[in-house]
Amino acid sequence: MKSIGVLMTCPMHKYLEQQLETHFNLFKLWHCNSSITEFLKTHQGNTIRAVVGNTEIGADAELIASLPSLEIVASYSVGLDKIDLRKCEEKGIRVANTPDVLTDDVADLAVGLILGVLRGICASDAYVRIGKWKDADFGLATKFSGKSVGIVGLGRIGTAIAKRAEAFGCSISYFSRSQKSFANYKFYSNIIDLATSCQILIVACALTEETRHIINREVIDALGPKGILINIGRGAHVDETELVSALLEGRLGGAGLDVYENEPEVPEELLGLGNVVLQPHVGSDTVETSDAMADLVISNLKAHFSKKSLLTPVI
Amino acid sequence: MMAVSTDCHKAQQDFPKVLILKPISFLAHVGERHVASNKFTFLKAYESSLPLHQFLSTHSPSIKAILSSVGTPITADILQLLPEVGVVVTTSVGLNQVDLPECRRRGIKVANAGSVFSDDVADFAAGLLIDVLRKVSASDGYVRKGLWATKGDYPLGSKLGGKRIGIVGLGSIGFAVAKRLEAFGCSISYNSRKRKPHVSYPFYESVCELAANCDVLVICCELTDQTRHMINKEVLSALGKEGVIVNIGRGAIINEKEMVQCLVQGEIAGAGLDVFENEPDVPVELFAMDNVVLSPHIAVFTPESFLDLMDLVMGNLEAFFSNKPLLSEYGD
Repeated sequence: MKSIGVLMTCPMHKYLEQQLETHFNLFKLWHCNSSITEFLKTHQGNTIRAVVGNTEIGADAELIASLPSLEIVASYSVGLDKIDLRKCEEKGIRVANTPDVLTDDVADLAVGLILGVLRGICASDAYVRIGKWKDADFGLATKFSGKSVGIVGLGRIGTAIAKRAEAFGCSISYFSRSQKSFANYKFYSNIIDLATSCQILIVACALTEETRHIINREVIDALGPKGILINIGRGAHVDETELVSALLEGRLGGAGLDVYENEPEVPEELLGLGNVVLQPHVGSDTVETSDAMADLVISNLKAHFSKKSLLTPVI
Repeated sequence: MMAVSTDCHKAQQDFPKVLILKPISFLAHVGERHVASNKFTFLKAYESSLPLHQFLSTHSPSIKAILSSVGTPITADILQLLPEVGVVVTTSVGLNQVDLPECRRRGIKVANAGSVFSDDVADFAAGLLIDVLRKVSASDGYVRKGLWATKGDYPLGSKLGGKRIGIVGLGSIGFAVAKRLEAFGCSISYNSRKRKPHVSYPFYESVCELAANCDVLVICCELTDQTRHMINKEVLSALGKEGVIVNIGRGAIINEKEMVQCLVQGEIAGAGLDVFENEPDVPVELFAMDNVVLSPHIAVFTPESFLDLMDLVMGNLEAFFSNKPLLSEYGD
């Protein structure tokens, strides 16, 4: 397979890069100074049969069109919002992602964000480090155990979050495209009703045309001044401008965010707030999971080029 | 109306007294009107200009109970001045500040905070652990300094799922920690004064053996003569270079100097600490470390816990003054 051209869209994980270099003929899109088409002309674009993309740069229509020999897009992510799935389907291009291996880490981070916000762990760590413990009684935080949790999207990640929150005695409810027969949790067919009923609202669904800005002013107001929003989905799930003004005006109690509309840009107004926790899109960023995701990408590529079944096919 | 209130006031003056030596923060947070009783009144030593010994001697005939908090040692010396005391009620779970042998000798009952804080403390322990492993506070700071845009991605963290958790002290708090971490796919084992009969988690005779067989140590035990500096260089070496320690017990359970040295030298991978040997002093070496999460002894501090604590404290005192069993009497 060493002659098979694989295009990696951006730096994602050193181990993945090394593996791709070992097994395939790897092209790195970020080494291109000119336009993509120029790059591909000089680098034998027509030998590229696979693209490895991620949440930053996937495979849009333009890229797909410039790779006439493209057979498979293997995403180093579970989210597919950066891939033009319709185009892939049209052209018979396979698509694979990395589900399951990252479910635990993302769910763990969601809980970490909840505790960070509600119990002020991050804020108090900063407080202690600048020597402020000696001066004042640190403000009271809020109890997590027993609170009502609402999950938007009860897929693999949403379910894993629910299981963890249950161990903290939380009541779980959810909003999803359809009611899930396996779930014992209360289902809301309307996201406003979900937001009204819970204190902690967690975004865990896929980003599609329907879910863009699903968290808007109305939902935020329904969640209210004692509510907190946790986003481990995609930045575009949330109307970021509305979120910022709600936090500044006290209409929302707090937020834990791992994703933003224009990463790596984070709204400046959030940087000084003590009731938010800001993460740089690290939901699956552990050594163990990054390696597991990389292995899965490689396995999918090898399977495809050996004419075997993909391990985690999307298309 | 005046006469009635004077009578009320006079009656209150005759009520037995519950002594408070130093200000108790939870009282300030719940508001004094929530702690009124028709069986006793609080007597605040810190509001008097008299030297303590004199104050105590003056009021000793009416002082029947003491309400103590973490920062107020109830020593044999103090108890000696208070021959009428029948109960010490504390706002903490830990009782290292109370001279228990002296209380036992005098027949003074002791009531602590029971399990009102268990959920909050366990939540906090879980939060500290996730933070250390996933670098939540460190990368939050990274984002706030604008470094994500300029320096790129933050270094990878470590997965919580599959980690072997060693609970030191499987009491109410230890159990609550175990229950939560199991939901993250962790396995649990423990060390305690004695093996717990109906518990399926593996038990280790020594804390060193526990450390050698787990990836994370969570300190949930009381501070006693036996547990003081129980976590030392030997235990931390057994825990190993990938190991993490979380302390929501008392600072002195860990030999702080040795722990800091282990962290500085990379002998353990990280620490989440809510308590320290000399609060509010924190070893300065820790401030520069991004594999350490520090909090100012706040694991119990939520408004919900304080209300529960208030109910428990008042309930214990009311029970004592009604000759009923205490709600959360401490006994071995």
